[in-house]
Amino acid sequence: MGSQGGFGQSKEFLDLIKSIGEARSKAEEDRIVLHEIETLKRRITEPDIPKRKMKEYIIRLVYVEMLGHDASFGYIHAVKMTHDDNIHLKRTGYLAVTLFLNEDHDLIILIVNTIQKDLKSDNYLVVCAALNVVCKLINEETIPAVLPQVVELLGHQKEAVRKKAVMALHRFYQRAPSSVNHLISNFRKKLCDNDPGVMGATLCPLYDLITIDVNAYKDLVASFASILKQVAERRLPKSYDYHQMPAPFIQIKLLKILALLGSGDKKASEQMYTIIGDIMRKCDSTSNIGNAVLYECICCISSIHPNPKLLESAADAIAKFLKSDSHNLKYLGIDALGRLIKLSPEIAEQHQLAVIDCLEDPDDTLKRKTFELLYKMTKSSNVEVIVDRMIDYMININDSHYKTEIASRCVELAEQFAPSNQWFIQTMNRVFEHAGDLVNPKVAHNLMRLIAEGFGEEDDTADSQLRSSAVESYLRIVVEPKLPSTFLQVICWVLGEYGTADGKYSASYITGKLCDVAEAYSTDDTVKAYAISALMKIYSFEIAAGRKVDVLPECQSFIEELLASHSTDLQQRAYELQAILGLDANVATNIMPMDASCEDIEIDRSLSFLNSYVQQSIEKGAQPYIPEGERSGMTDVSSFRSQELHEVSSHALRFEAYELPKPVMPSRVSPIEQSSSNELVPAPEPSYHAEMHQVASSVPSVSDTGSLELKLKLDGVQRKWGRPTYSSAAPSTSNADIPKIQNGAPQLDAVSSSSSKAVSYDSRRQQVEISAEKQKLAASLFGGTSKSHKRQSSGSQKVPKTNIPAAEKSHVAKNATSDTAVLERTPQPPPDLLDLDESTVSSSAQSLDPFKQLEGLLDLNQDTSTLTTSDASASGAPDVMSLYGETTLNVQSGGVPNLLPAGRDEANLLSGLAGTPNRDGHGENTVTNPTQQLNKGPNAKESLEKDALVRQLGVTPTGQNPNLFRDLLG
Amino acid sequence: MGIRFILMVNKQGQTRLAQYYEYLTIEERRALEGEIVRKCLARTEQQCSFVEHRNYKIVYRRYASLFFLVGVDNEENELAILEFIHLLVETMDRHFGNVCELDIMFHLEKAHFMLEEMVMNGCIVETSKSNILGPIQLLEKAS
Repeated sequence: MGSQGGFGQSKEFLDLIKSIGEARSKAEEDRIVLHEIETLKRRITEPDIPKRKMKEYIIRLVYVEMLGHDASFGYIHAVKMTHDDNIHLKRTGYLAVTLFLNEDHDLIILIVNTIQKDLKSDNYLVVCAALNVVCKLINEETIPAVLPQVVELLGHQKEAVRKKAVMALHRFYQRAPSSVNHLISNFRKKLCDNDPGVMGATLCPLYDLITIDVNAYKDLVASFASILKQVAERRLPKSYDYHQMPAPFIQIKLLKILALLGSGDKKASEQMYTIIGDIMRKCDSTSNIGNAVLYECICCISSIHPNPKLLESAADAIAKFLKSDSHNLKYLGIDALGRLIKLSPEIAEQHQLAVIDCLEDPDDTLKRKTFELLYKMTKSSNVEVIVDRMIDYMININDSHYKTEIASRCVELAEQFAPSNQWFIQTMNRVFEHAGDLVNPKVAHNLMRLIAEGFGEEDDTADSQLRSSAVESYLRIVVEPKLPSTFLQVICWVLGEYGTADGKYSASYITGKLCDVAEAYSTDDTVKAYAISALMKIYSFEIAAGRKVDVLPECQSFIEELLASHSTDLQQRAYELQAILGLDANVATNIMPMDASCEDIEIDRSLSFLNSYVQQSIEKGAQPYIPEGERSGMTDVSSFRSQELHEVSSHALRFEAYELPKPVMPSRVSPIEQSSSNELVPAPEPSYHAEMHQVASSVPSVSDTGSLELKLKLDGVQRKWGRPTYSSAAPSTSNADIPKIQNGAPQLDAVSSSSSKAVSYDSRRQQVEISAEKQKLAASLFGGTSKSHKRQSSGSQKVPKTNIPAAEKSHVAKNATSDTAVLERTPQPPPDLLDLDESTVSSSAQSLDPFKQLEGLLDLNQDTSTLTTSDASASGAPDVMSLYGETTLNVQSGGVPNLLPAGRDEANLLSGLAGTPNRDGHGENTVTNPTQQLNKGPNAKESLEKDALVRQLGVTPTGQNPNLFRDLLG
Repeated sequence: MGIRFILMVNKQGQTRLAQYYEYLTIEERRALEGEIVRKCLARTEQQCSFVEHRNYKIVYRRYASLFFLVGVDNEENELAILEFIHLLVETMDRHFGNVCELDIMFHLEKAHFMLEEMVMNGCIVETSKSNILGPIQLLEKAS
């Protein structure tokens, strides 16, 4: 279709594309493009270039920029092309300027006029093209130039124009909210547009608006719910269907909006429960898009006011995701789990092994997502295991962006849940050692303060123990190469403050270490400053203790180096140190008291100790000091300057926006009433206004439930994971027990816990395969510890007896609930095709996985080897196009039998065609195949024609890059 | 904002189409594309179709030798974006008939036009194939 008529392009263009397509390396591509730039520079300035030719040049310029080179020499020609009358040329010109320019480019001013003209055009395609550009290139300053026309176009008779006008207004709102504040009510109106496309587009700005101010849109809850219902009931045109789902992208957007509106609002949430439940039931969990909608439902359910029934079905869906073989679904499952545990913490436990599998998966994306989940479910009983894992992972990654994030999470968790200061310091040391340059310097100060302040209790021996262990660990670490600067600062400070405190290490040993640090990191002035201050402390402590100070030769040379330093700060510190060395014990104690870093230093702000000196001077005839505020007169420098400033500001450009025209009273849309008309949403009548204001005023009363939601979140973090029965049996687990259990528990323990847990997790024989190590990890992560704790106290023999029945009970209970769920489902009056699907699928959920099939299909390259054997029943996905690539003869002989499996693949990928779902090994393929083949038939012919055409043009698929010809959809 | 950019890049790392919904300089684009493609190429078929990169989440899908990469922010539904990519490919397939890499190269502007219909301001605004292709077919008739 699109490729008919010999592409309508010149030989030169085809050659360019061909050579770019066949380029083997980036360097070769760069050579081609540089050559192309030279050609274009020459050609594009020639006089009287035919328009078609010019269009081609513009597209070649687009190529130049796309491949990473500057094409600014040709921008002006793209701008000129936007003036053209031919719509195709105009649109190409507009496209090029949106790709080349940003909204602050100087050339924009040349386009604004054209845009204004085009917005008034009779040809709606021209208007649409102009609106596309408006969305990309109109900045805050130029908004007023096009705003009136855009607003007018909201009422255009063509739905495509209305849709784009809505998006243009959305763009203005994103750029400069104040410029369109008075027009926001238009979005509400457009939600009721007759055209589903306009309605769907309007959801985008509304989503943004609701994100910013939820309460202003509470009145629309019923409307959104009703639209969602209609979409789910297939009231939109068939063309919006995607893989048998009715307008899934609109459904997802609506669910996102409902999630915002229902968050912490019971009343609003109650209006959504039914429709969300319906959608979850209808979702086809064998297709990607069905799962995408399902996932969005879970997100919505976990955001709105909780509903037990919906939570249960969300948990079921999560279980399906996590048990799937597809990594994409596992990823979503982990993410959804992280959302849901805030509301029902107990669901994490049944998935603990799945979570651990994801954590240990080589797939980095999955791993990170799982860390995010762990981060959300950290509490004081599992913080050690989680942070330990996080740090291990952090050490092994190079991506500094993510390293920063995970390091700050480690710090946050450690600060929040640290079971002991000892552990905290060790953990911080590890974080600093491996990511010291990436963490906030504040963290270093917190660490120093913690070491200085200790437990904050009256327990001095514990404090000094803590410090001694810190000193010892730092002396060990300090010899390692390439430590981060922040960490070295902490080390120097601690060594200076406490290095000699317990008398274990001599002053000369510590000072020697400090000098080593300063020498090794001689380019880092901050570290050197910390080091010399530490030296100063140690020497003055020595002097105060009455010991003779002998300055090591390397310390002496270090001090001398700093005395001559370019940094005045370092110089001053060095001079101060020198001065202290000459003082007696008494003075030294006063200047540098031992362990006084936490004492408050009192500052006499009024400088009262100078009073007598001031008095003397005044008596001698000096001018008294007048505070700045009381001084007057033009001679005063500061007041003169401030006046000058004032003058300047009155002459300068005004940067504040001008006052807005009086905002129009926003008209509110009435809550939707079910009407029999064909419209999606009945348009509001102007007469409703008064009534609507009342509705609006009643809305804010809901807001106090918001704080409740906030509380809920915190609760979720703190709460114990285990089932209520367990946690009540062993309510308190002391933190110190965890490591003991991990190390000391006999293997038998782990196995027995595995069997008991596996029963509740999955009734099949999985437990045999689960390693004891994983079990341990699971136990320490998911509060399994509370059980093992109980076990220890009651003796290990009795454990299986006490535990298994409980697990069985829970299993039975689960069965019962799922049975009722099935019962609820079956008596649905209209037997929906999709509903039936779901029930059959759940019975054989393990055996089929649509994603596996999809992924297999995408892997065309590996299958090329099987192509030569033209065996139709080959299990792979034979590639029709690459067959054409071999030789044309081959196509005629081998092509026909190969079409059959190709047709099946098509059915999987483009399954929007047949009502029956495609499953391998279910015998349904044979039924669907003939129709699929028919569908694919003409396409194959087309591609043959295209192939022949391309050959004529001199681009041969047997050339350097056969991939260029490969059919993307297999 | 949702979608930050849409890229089509082949196995050799050569860009075939690039549409950004926030402005980046040519150098920034070049660097970003290189990094992302390297990251995605290093992944196996079984791994997730999602990858985090800097502050973006990349959703990618491979068709023959061509990678479709969509950079999104944190609020997007990754699986839906994955299907959006497929919708884009299906739409191109309907227009070009058995679309291949070369079709996109020869008709770069048309591929862009389709994207312009489907995505505005980084939001998915149109998913009906007939609505997407309608204006483009009219455009072809006009020229």
